[in-house]
Amino acid sequence: MSLALSEALTRLFDVLTLQAGYNANTVIAGTAVLGAAAGGVGTFVFLRGRALISDALSHATLPGIVLAFLAGAAIGIETRSLPLLLAGATATGLIGVALMHALTRLPRVTEDSAIGAVLGSFFGLGVVLLSYVQNLPLAGQAGLHHFLLGQAAAMARSEAITIAVLAAFALAVVLYFFKEFRLVAFDRDFAAGLGWPVARIDLAMAGLGVAITVIGLQTVGLVMIVALLVVPPVAARFWSNDVRTIALLAGIFGALSAYIGAAASYALSDMPTGAAIVLAAGVFAIAGLLFAPRRGVIGVALSALRFRLELARVRWLARIAGGEAAPHAGPLPSLYLRATGLLDVSGRPTARALRDAPAAARNLSLWLAAITRRPEAVPVGARFGVDPVHAVLPRDLLDEIEGRAA
Amino acid sequence: MSVTTFLQIDLPAGLTALFATLVCALAGNFLVLRREALLGDALSHAVLPGIVVGFLLSGTRAALPMILGAAAAAIIAATLVHFVRRYGRVEPGAALGVVFTVMFALGVVMLEQGAAHRVDLDPDCVLYGQLETVLWLVATGPESLLDPAALAQLPRELVTLAITFVVLAALVAWFWKEIRISTFDPELASALGIPANIFRFGVTLAAAVATVVSFEAVGSILVVAMIVCPAAAARLLTNRYGPQLAITLLLAATAAILGYAAAAFGPGLFGSPNSLSAAGMIATFAGVILGLAAAAWRLRHAARPVAAHA
Repeated sequence: MSLALSEALTRLFDVLTLQAGYNANTVIAGTAVLGAAAGGVGTFVFLRGRALISDALSHATLPGIVLAFLAGAAIGIETRSLPLLLAGATATGLIGVALMHALTRLPRVTEDSAIGAVLGSFFGLGVVLLSYVQNLPLAGQAGLHHFLLGQAAAMARSEAITIAVLAAFALAVVLYFFKEFRLVAFDRDFAAGLGWPVARIDLAMAGLGVAITVIGLQTVGLVMIVALLVVPPVAARFWSNDVRTIALLAGIFGALSAYIGAAASYALSDMPTGAAIVLAAGVFAIAGLLFAPRRGVIGVALSALRFRLELARVRWLARIAGGEAAPHAGPLPSLYLRATGLLDVSGRPTARALRDAPAAARNLSLWLAAITRRPEAVPVGARFGVDPVHAVLPRDLLDEIEGRAA
Repeated sequence: MSVTTFLQIDLPAGLTALFATLVCALAGNFLVLRREALLGDALSHAVLPGIVVGFLLSGTRAALPMILGAAAAAIIAATLVHFVRRYGRVEPGAALGVVFTVMFALGVVMLEQGAAHRVDLDPDCVLYGQLETVLWLVATGPESLLDPAALAQLPRELVTLAITFVVLAALVAWFWKEIRISTFDPELASALGIPANIFRFGVTLAAAVATVVSFEAVGSILVVAMIVCPAAAARLLTNRYGPQLAITLLLAATAAILGYAAAAFGPGLFGSPNSLSAAGMIATFAGVILGLAAAAWRLRHAARPVAAHA
């Protein structure tokens, strides 16, 4: 067992450091380009709220893939021709989306019902067609099921290069139109007011999503391709509010996930590429959820704890300013006061505490006045009692409470 | 086709398909009424790692360990969706999409790396279902239908699905009025002393159970069609609570029977000895039925120049 494990790790290391041969290296590098493009394009799929529609679209490509294969076989192309299969995929994918929109226009059919219905029944039709093809004596049919969960190792070098070039083109389009995409995603009305062709820009964003879905089918598989579009931007979202940063990070996360996932599927037997890539992207999302300084679970918990301790400090100082010689603080705040040099070992306030107390007490009383008189004027995110009122409260509110306090 | 072949192959597989479709449609009816259809999609994907863990720990395909594992996975998924939405301030669709695809990926990797080498649960089962392996080989003829010894050997999947359907149907009948009020007006339900949250949770739980017990028969993805299509089609045909459920179940049974028959016997009509994927065919028929319901609605309302359906 441990021997097998160490062998697997050695193989993984070889593949990750691009020592696995020319073909593997090309496929892995091409997949990384696809991941980067998916991150960039996916940022706008995510911002426009098209995650689940993309999922329906990708599942609806299955019948098209098989039908294109059958059509190819009928005209004498017995091997898998990637452009033909992807054309078929695009066709039924778009038919699926069109039907979904038609269903949504009916009363009593909600968008999520339409998405589920198209996703499930188109996939069902694809499965039926697959089961039909499997019994045909055709070369190339065995590779069709790789379109479900993705198999990088089944890709030829030329296919990987085609995919990388197309993905790079999609990424270039996103970079070129970044300003337009950003404004339309955030403020359609304003963009329309500028005289921009909003509907066409929006269609371009959707079209790029379709393009990435289709060119990623063979590598990531249609079942999980939506994750390559959506997981990297959501992971990036934890680290930033700025669209440029989100798109940049999503591109990096996407590229790294694709690279690691493709390498893992080369190195380890029985590792579908799509699942490996999505799992790698999921690690980035979990890392963001936990560790991002301002949005992460740990960062939020720590800043809440810090606020509690600082408020306890302010209240303690205010009691000193009010005349108490050695007010009692709770066990945790006491530790904090000691660590910040306000409380000495004998449990008495230090000289610094006595010096700071009046200012802290005044700040706290101004805060109390502000929060009781005009709570709605206090900016979101300002920390009650802790932040200096002059730094965070608006001018007019300050004048009002200071006039009253004086 | 002899009677024995029918009893050994088509009867158990067809009945399994029928009950799987009915169980999904029953849960789906209430999900669709609650506008939570995608919960079925999300659950069917997100429970996969739980199913695999339950399966690996118990070493069998018995329903209970897999259901327990799936329930744990569903709870983890719901928690993660909540965290991603709250901390990332991400819209619900994206949060759902992220969580259920990543959990599905985890399930597939666990299947490939762990389970596939030990026993016969594999990704193909997840994708296509395994209706074709549901057999009743002890059947020797029509008399087997009355033979307790033979009936005791009915396929486990079929028995599990039939029991699940009967239990869910009994629960729906028992709490008919309460479910109705808490589906349409949770606040009124609370005012009347009906615990609407428990019924809401119950509907979600029923959907999770339906997904898990149907999983072996029709796979993780095709269940979405069985959950959504019949109920959505019924929504177009009636606007009343009772008929809605009846039509949902009727359409589900129609899709199951026609779909199974088309897959099993259709190729024979064209002289082919092979059969097609029955689970896929049922999902296709479910979609076609929804399409027909939509077309019927358009026809019925085409005469009236109403602005409401713009």
